[in-house]
Amino acid sequence: MSRLIATRRLASNLFVPRLATRTFCTDAPTKLNEVPSGSQFNKESKEDEGFMNDVPQHDIAIVGGGMVGMALACSLASMPLTKHLSIAIIDSNPALSNRPVIKKDDPPDPRVSTVTPATISLFKDIGAWEYVEQHRHAYFDKMQVWDYTGFGYTRYNARDADKDVLGCVVENKVLHKSLLSSLQNKDFNNTIYSTRLSSISLPTRSSVSSAGASVSSPSSKNLANLAKLDLSDGTSLYAKLVVGADGSKSRVRELAGIKTTGWNYSQSAVICTVEHPMENFCAWQRFLPAGPIALLPIGDNFSNIVWTMSPKDASNHKIMNEDDFVVAVNHALDSGYGPRPESRVFGGDVISSFFRPDVTSSAHERFEPPPKVVKLASDRMAFPLSLMHANQYVSKRVVLIGDAAHTVHPLAGQGVNMGYGDVSSLSNVIADGIAVGSDIGEVTLLKKYESDRKAANIAMMAVLDGFQKAYSVDFGPVNILRAAAFNGANVFAPLKKNIISYASGEFKLPFLS
Amino acid sequence: MFSRSLYQLQKVSRSSRLYRHDSSISSKHAVLAAFQSLLHNRPYAATPQPTVSVSSLNQTELAKFAAIADSWWDVEGPFKPLHVMNPTRLAFLRSTLCRYFGKDPFSAKPFEGLKFVDVGCGGGILSEPLARMGASVTGIDAVEKNIKIAQLHADLDPAASSIEYRCTTAENLVEEQMEFDAVIASEVIEHVADPAEFCKSLSALTVSNGATVISTINRSMRAYATAIVAAEYILHWLPKGTHEWSSFLTPEELVLTLQRASISVEEMAGFAFDPLTGQWSLTDDIGVNFIAFGTKKKSIV
Repeated sequence: MSRLIATRRLASNLFVPRLATRTFCTDAPTKLNEVPSGSQFNKESKEDEGFMNDVPQHDIAIVGGGMVGMALACSLASMPLTKHLSIAIIDSNPALSNRPVIKKDDPPDPRVSTVTPATISLFKDIGAWEYVEQHRHAYFDKMQVWDYTGFGYTRYNARDADKDVLGCVVENKVLHKSLLSSLQNKDFNNTIYSTRLSSISLPTRSSVSSAGASVSSPSSKNLANLAKLDLSDGTSLYAKLVVGADGSKSRVRELAGIKTTGWNYSQSAVICTVEHPMENFCAWQRFLPAGPIALLPIGDNFSNIVWTMSPKDASNHKIMNEDDFVVAVNHALDSGYGPRPESRVFGGDVISSFFRPDVTSSAHERFEPPPKVVKLASDRMAFPLSLMHANQYVSKRVVLIGDAAHTVHPLAGQGVNMGYGDVSSLSNVIADGIAVGSDIGEVTLLKKYESDRKAANIAMMAVLDGFQKAYSVDFGPVNILRAAAFNGANVFAPLKKNIISYASGEFKLPFLS
Repeated sequence: MFSRSLYQLQKVSRSSRLYRHDSSISSKHAVLAAFQSLLHNRPYAATPQPTVSVSSLNQTELAKFAAIADSWWDVEGPFKPLHVMNPTRLAFLRSTLCRYFGKDPFSAKPFEGLKFVDVGCGGGILSEPLARMGASVTGIDAVEKNIKIAQLHADLDPAASSIEYRCTTAENLVEEQMEFDAVIASEVIEHVADPAEFCKSLSALTVSNGATVISTINRSMRAYATAIVAAEYILHWLPKGTHEWSSFLTPEELVLTLQRASISVEEMAGFAFDPLTGQWSLTDDIGVNFIAFGTKKKSIV
């Protein structure tokens, strides 16, 4: 493909000779003189498809290099159909430019994620799971969910669903560094722009017709159909597709004019890391009147706490002294608010026996009190909780993934897993598009991603009733059919109240209150 | 599925379709009127076609072309069914041509080094993806407006701007003794006056051991119900009069016609539309839309 500036004579001749002649348009020679001849064929590290008027062009611009944005870059790098694409990652986080180094005896970070088996297999496919296994991580195969009334409890075991593990708890920084190092180890054409996005110009209809009417040089016609990103340090770049992976306050979503639906829960979550006298292999969740407290193992003797409560209580708990906090945590997990549930030996696990006629082995398990917390091992953080869902995931040349498209309550540990589901779906859609030579920014192609993920995400958002129900979305059709009845965001608030009584063993179905 | 078509051969025999009745269709919308005239301009009505004379360009023409250009490339406009079906026929092309030419199906540009011609390219809906897949594409259409539209749109993407668009006919290219590795005529043969001559031209354009791919609509009752009644009159996907049922070809007729032109059909597939998902997919059912992949070997007849 010739990169020289050229113009095509429109088919106005009866007898076009076999080798079509290329003529230069009248102002081309002057343009050529302005641009130094070397730069057009410059293949430096910042180079990609070609410099047109000194502005770099990329195939895909990923705005936001967090866990989900980097996962998309890694996923595209690992597929044969997409690994030739030129990617720009725009994130002002300085950690992206350094080589990742995490010392193994760093204190555990309170920001952790629970990754589902589906996400683990995505990471394995893109070659980012080995790094995780070399650092602190914790598989768990048991889960116990109960509430303060003491009426019942549920024990989930991975063996109920014929799995080895229910999930793995990993610190966010480990996941991120793993993706970063995997990307750096691949031979992939990607450029990291350490800056912020300030604006995007998207092509409009008029740009197509005006390109026909004017006699401008072909290079600007090419660019008129691409998205132009202006960055806050003054540079610009062109891209065929802009991916918004920039979190719940997504600038890309705002610039694309995509509206959202959702509300704030009148709750905040306090998170921290705590220490036990012995190792913990089970995930614990106890529903309290104000919200659930979850205890997740993260390796060694440490566990992560996610405690949902009212915003006022959250700020109190954040600032109270450490010993009082440890007492409060033990009170919340075990000793306070109500009695321990009685161990039911047979058929006691009402929830699982309702959906699985054969009694599972976990129904025979006795109630176990959670391990005692002896020490606080990190800072406490608090943040408000909300539900948000973007009305559309795609628009011309723009697509949203991860928290930019949806945020959920952390009680099921699903938020980032939904984002990884988006990554997996979008990279497959892009690969399919490239296989048939489509323009990857076309809305018709991107809509396939939206229709795939929207249904799954909305179903997931509706199913907030405990960890194993969330994991059993791997048996997608059943849960999606059930959750399909919740067609709007309206049902979520009363649903949450139903979740508490539902998890405590009473016979209420979630969608009949 | 191929043998089943041959079995049905005995049941089907239709008279020749050399005559056309031009139906004049009144249309209020200016774009629609332009569209009608594009379709009813029978490009291959008289064979061999003398060279097409073209009016010279002027600014008002350019503005008009620019206004109509959107309708070929307006994915919600009158060409929407073609846009929605496009990935499906490209999947068939990719699969059969990669296998035939021994190219790597996991490469992003498997057709690099191959020369294709898209006969009846229209606005270039099929030509552009083929060019992105690495082929050197020549797109021809006998309607001048279509070529202009295709050119305007192809210039927007550097990968597509290497397509050579020409306002000419297959017969002209044969006279110029041009040959291509693959000759593709998608949704064209049902608009052609003499399919037998058309197939001979396509065959002459194909190099020896090259490929010829034709897609069209079957002349079946189901096709009448879906492609004409449903698509044109009920769902209004296509303007009324887009297709003439009598000019459709059955798979058996197409195979025999191609055979007489020294092309042996190796694979056939159908396109099925799922109304629930709004997507097309490849299927064995050649009852309505179908696509045939043939190769030019030494003369078979």
